[in-house]
Amino acid sequence: MPRGPFAAAVAAARARGELVVQPRMGFGDPAAMRAGLTAVARARATTAGTVTLDSYTRVGDQAAAVRALADGSPLNGYPIVAHPVEVTRWVLAAAQRYGMPVQVRHGSALPEEIFAALLRTGVDATEGGPVSYCLPYSRVPLRDAVDSWARCCAAYTRLRDVGVEPHLESFGGCLLGQLCPPSLLVAVTVLEGMFFRQHGLRSVSLSYAQQTCPEQDEEALAALRRLVDELLPELDSHIVLYTYMGVYPRTSEGALGLLGAAARLAVRGGAARLIVKTPAEAHRIPTIEENVAALEHAARVAAAEPPATTGVEDTGIYAEARALIEAVLDLGSDVGVGLVRAFERGHLDIPYCLHPDNAGQARGYITARGRLAWARAGRMPVRVDRAAGGRPAEMTSDGLLTALSYVATRYDQAAPPAVGPAESVPALPR
Amino acid sequence: MTVPAPARPAPAGGGRTVLLGTVSSDAHTWNLVYLQLLLEEAGHRVINLGACVPEELFAAECHRHDPDLVVVSSVNGHGCTDGKRLAAVLRADPALADVPIVIGGKLGVAGRLTGTQVDELFAAGYTAVFDDGADRDRFLEYLGRLELPVAGRAA
Repeated sequence: MPRGPFAAAVAAARARGELVVQPRMGFGDPAAMRAGLTAVARARATTAGTVTLDSYTRVGDQAAAVRALADGSPLNGYPIVAHPVEVTRWVLAAAQRYGMPVQVRHGSALPEEIFAALLRTGVDATEGGPVSYCLPYSRVPLRDAVDSWARCCAAYTRLRDVGVEPHLESFGGCLLGQLCPPSLLVAVTVLEGMFFRQHGLRSVSLSYAQQTCPEQDEEALAALRRLVDELLPELDSHIVLYTYMGVYPRTSEGALGLLGAAARLAVRGGAARLIVKTPAEAHRIPTIEENVAALEHAARVAAAEPPATTGVEDTGIYAEARALIEAVLDLGSDVGVGLVRAFERGHLDIPYCLHPDNAGQARGYITARGRLAWARAGRMPVRVDRAAGGRPAEMTSDGLLTALSYVATRYDQAAPPAVGPAESVPALPR
Repeated sequence: MTVPAPARPAPAGGGRTVLLGTVSSDAHTWNLVYLQLLLEEAGHRVINLGACVPEELFAAECHRHDPDLVVVSSVNGHGCTDGKRLAAVLRADPALADVPIVIGGKLGVAGRLTGTQVDELFAAGYTAVFDDGADRDRFLEYLGRLELPVAGRAA
């Protein structure tokens, strides 16, 4: 299978039994960005580097990014379109010197200019997707995002002209980060992988974000692996796990406990790569040093965790994800058309997503056992299982606050020792 | 929280039309989901505009729904800067000169706003400012005692 530097490095690490750990990191200043990549490359861990782009570049406001560079205003990420190609090459050379792969992360629903910059600078890995970067974080019509991402995928394959196979990761396993039952996360990332394939990609990664319950997450990762084997068998692919993307624990012990649980879940669930968060997460943007410490912590915990030897209980995540995927594929042979129609009809419906193209009928909740379940499924082809955790009450404002901070509260209150790998998973309520 | 003293006793709670949204640069929405539930539980009707609302869209939706109250919530740190621009656009419209507009959330990049920043938000046209740390009960109390100018306003 063809692999660019990023995919090849992840595959090599996996063959060695090592988890690739990767930060979320971006600086407007090229020297800071270069220093960040150097520090990540030198961390005592198998790492991938990240260049996260700034908000102006994400929304296509290049004039504002150029202005900020000119007057020295701080940017919350690296403006890859505004910086000259030579500057970006100089930044990336730091990673190349250590043989570390680099991924550009952005968050753009209309990423044409960003992909053009990736092609100019030869960056072989990025991420996003027509659903995952449109519905949760923009008000761009879904149809426009689908068209834009189709063009960008096709353009990205031109990297092969210079002998490099591009790699694209779907962000579909995260969506709004919280309160979305796993089956929909799994379905959307697989569908985005199919969309990428339709538009020419041959090397992809599928994502899943850590949720409220380790056993449920392990089942979700098993379902995701099975669906990738069934539906994307001819592609080079791997699974990337995100450390919890919702409200983060406020204590250092709680934050490291949650990160450790993510590292163990990645190993047990067969993920090849883990996106790491730091104890600073609840308070501010982490420093380079904090990122390195978090990467090394995650790597230590992962190295001590044996891969799962027994299967997890099947509570139906696979069947539900498969039904959601088939509902989309039934609406058209073109995956993008199927996605647009599915959201129009509410066959896909992201809980609590306010985007005008989302039906907004679905609701997720946390059961008494700490698992995510459907309170309402709208017109999606999934069953609301009252046996899963008792009858869900309609979500109230107080209930929402409790649910959003459920994980943070658990880990802040029942924090394990801060240093791995001997720690144990905090007990979840039964 | 900084609110002007109520001019008159509280009217009966609930029953208002509230237009809810955030500033143009802010992609966060959990705050909006929460506020919608809170306002609906208090008996109000809520139109939730969601993420990244352009100023012109905010103004157009005001015309469309004729709200009794506009609530702007932002947590990305640009709320003070972008929020002033939003208020300027809304207040420049004669039909929106009197509608109460409140703003709240994490409005600055460096923790709580300064007194000067709060003054600037009032000067831009906000009726009340709920900076980081303002709690739910004080917001609800404000809603309860606000004399919302429903009648006599140009629609």
